[in-house]
Amino acid sequence: MLSVEEINEIQNEIKQYPYPKVACIDALKIVQQHRAWVSDESVSDIAELLGMSAEEVDGIATFYSRIYRQPVGRNIILICDSVSCMIMGYESLYEYLSKKLKIRFGETTSDGRFTILPNSCLGDCDNAPAMMVNNDHFNRLTIEKLDEILDRYK
Amino acid sequence: MERPLTQHIISDTSVRNLENYRKVGGYSCLQKVLKSMTPGEVTNVVKVSNLLGRGGAGFPTGAKWSLVPMDTVKSNLPKYLVCNADEMEPGTFKDRYLLEGNPHQLIEGMIIAAYAIQAEKSYIFLRWAYKKAEKVLRTAIEEAYSAGYLGNNILGSDFNLDMHVHSSAGRYICGEETALLNSLEGKRALPRAKPPYPALNGLFGRPTVVNNVETLSWISHIVEKGAEWFKGLSLTGTGGTKLFGVSGKVRKPGTWELPLGITFRELLEEHAGGMIDGHKFRGALPGGASTDFIVEEHLDVQMDFKTVAAVGSRLGTGTMIVLDDKTCPVSFIHNVEKFFALESCGWCTPCREGLPWVEKMLSSIEEGTGKIEYLDLLSFSAKYMSPGNTFCAHAPGAAEPLQSGLKYFHDDFVKHITDKKCPWR
Ligand SMILES: Cc1cc2nc3c(=O)[nH]c(=O)nc-3n(C[C@H](O)[C@H](O)[C@H](O)COP(=O)(O)O)c2cc1C
Ligand code: SF4
Ligand code: FES
Repeated sequence: MLSVEEINEIQNEIKQYPYPKVACIDALKIVQQHRAWVSDESVSDIAELLGMSAEEVDGIATFYSRIYRQPVGRNIILICDSVSCMIMGYESLYEYLSKKLKIRFGETTSDGRFTILPNSCLGDCDNAPAMMVNNDHFNRLTIEKLDEILDRYK
Repeated sequence: MERPLTQHIISDTSVRNLENYRKVGGYSCLQKVLKSMTPGEVTNVVKVSNLLGRGGAGFPTGAKWSLVPMDTVKSNLPKYLVCNADEMEPGTFKDRYLLEGNPHQLIEGMIIAAYAIQAEKSYIFLRWAYKKAEKVLRTAIEEAYSAGYLGNNILGSDFNLDMHVHSSAGRYICGEETALLNSLEGKRALPRAKPPYPALNGLFGRPTVVNNVETLSWISHIVEKGAEWFKGLSLTGTGGTKLFGVSGKVRKPGTWELPLGITFRELLEEHAGGMIDGHKFRGALPGGASTDFIVEEHLDVQMDFKTVAAVGSRLGTGTMIVLDDKTCPVSFIHNVEKFFALESCGWCTPCREGLPWVEKMLSSIEEGTGKIEYLDLLSFSAKYMSPGNTFCAHAPGAAEPLQSGLKYFHDDFVKHITDKKCPWR
């Protein structure tokens, strides 16, 4: 069930638009903000609230890269694997992180602290290699910097 | 040298707030427009200035606005203005600079553009990763509402405009303008058939103009200072400066506002500081990942829409990705094609099926298991992804670095295949 808070936030978005369905992406983002990811149950709840079928909502949810339909860790590391970051050596950063955290792309550490995902360009190409942890950008990365950055996220 | 778009971005926050923006003359153009100009007059100045869209395709902005019906037939209302701030093409980071550094310049430009087409609602479609820009924009929009630049009866006129930021849920295809409209409508971001063009049938089926951040940031300057002034800014007569960027193994990667028509060499050597010691220039994608390679022999070409097209590439977004001699060209191209394969919306066959196939062949060439026939197959695929064969410009964009890469780095491809390994590993 959606919380009162989630419903209020979604209703607020619906007001901006000519009809409720338009708020689908906003609704998915709101639910994800509260729960870290969007479960099957949440998909059905959103569908009901917006007068859509669950399949239609799921079709939209799975289209967008930044809507998670599987559980994720408390912190999400997004490593840019696009071309400027490749030239500047993102691969060795990934190998280092992957060894340190004992997970590969798409996996979550056993303590639920980190999920690591590949991501296309983050718009930091002039300061490559770049990554994000949750909503924070980090760039001109080196292996030395990585340890210090990870320590900030519990 | 004038730098109208960026001259006030001295520090991170120099013109970010309304007060500072006003101190440098901000919103005076809007005042003038609402007091003394008709919508048609505004469109006309933009038309005469020959402002070409900065989102990659270089479409004339005034001509686009002129397509919007100006009658008050009910089925044509409300009209919409949408700012494309999706900027998800690998190697592209120029709009970020304008969004974070001078948000009111964009907002003022949008209000004037909306007035010209008589739109009542406007949206900024923002790249999901631009968290700082999102904060900056939301604050600036609030400031603009409080000061009476947005909302009802703007500055005492009878013109009304609302403005919202939509932060994307992340997918490159959202940047294609009709896919963007579907995404704003809360749907999957599939491109739409054209015609009808958005100017007639766009957001919620209503007349809509979609323009890039940099394009809209120009509007107040052009209306204020005139078309002739704007034309004089470029070295080629096209009109305006452009934000150019460089990434890769150069000494000073970054973004700069420079006249249209400077040469690749100037950008690379003077502004980006030349190659890092021990690295040689081999080529570059001059305007983002979806443009054809240029190589050494093109370095003296002027960076403008026509001149870059004349050597078989595109100015695109003006942000260049440099390939150096320590980076394998096959893995460079493989990386780019993998991106396009992943980001295909899946609607049409050459793109949905062709790109993963291209990606697999490139991967095996890179691994040393490629066959010489793959080179013809890759050219064949590039040909069938060219304009006219697909529903939108995504696949044609993907074909550009591939076809030109096969041409300029042919020997490197062959060496991977005959040596059965990557010479760079
Ligand atoms: C796959 C694809 C992605 C695009 N991404 C962007 C983008 O991120 N930003 C942008 O301004 N234009 C992008 N465009 C171009 C838009 O479709 C459109 O031409 C542009 O927003 C129009 O603005 P302008 O006339 O001001 O250049 C993209 C086009 C394609 C085919
Ligand atoms: S070219 Fe690719 S992205 Fe464009 S509509 Fe076809 S499948 Fe979708
Ligand atoms: S390519 Fe990595 S941030 Fe753009």
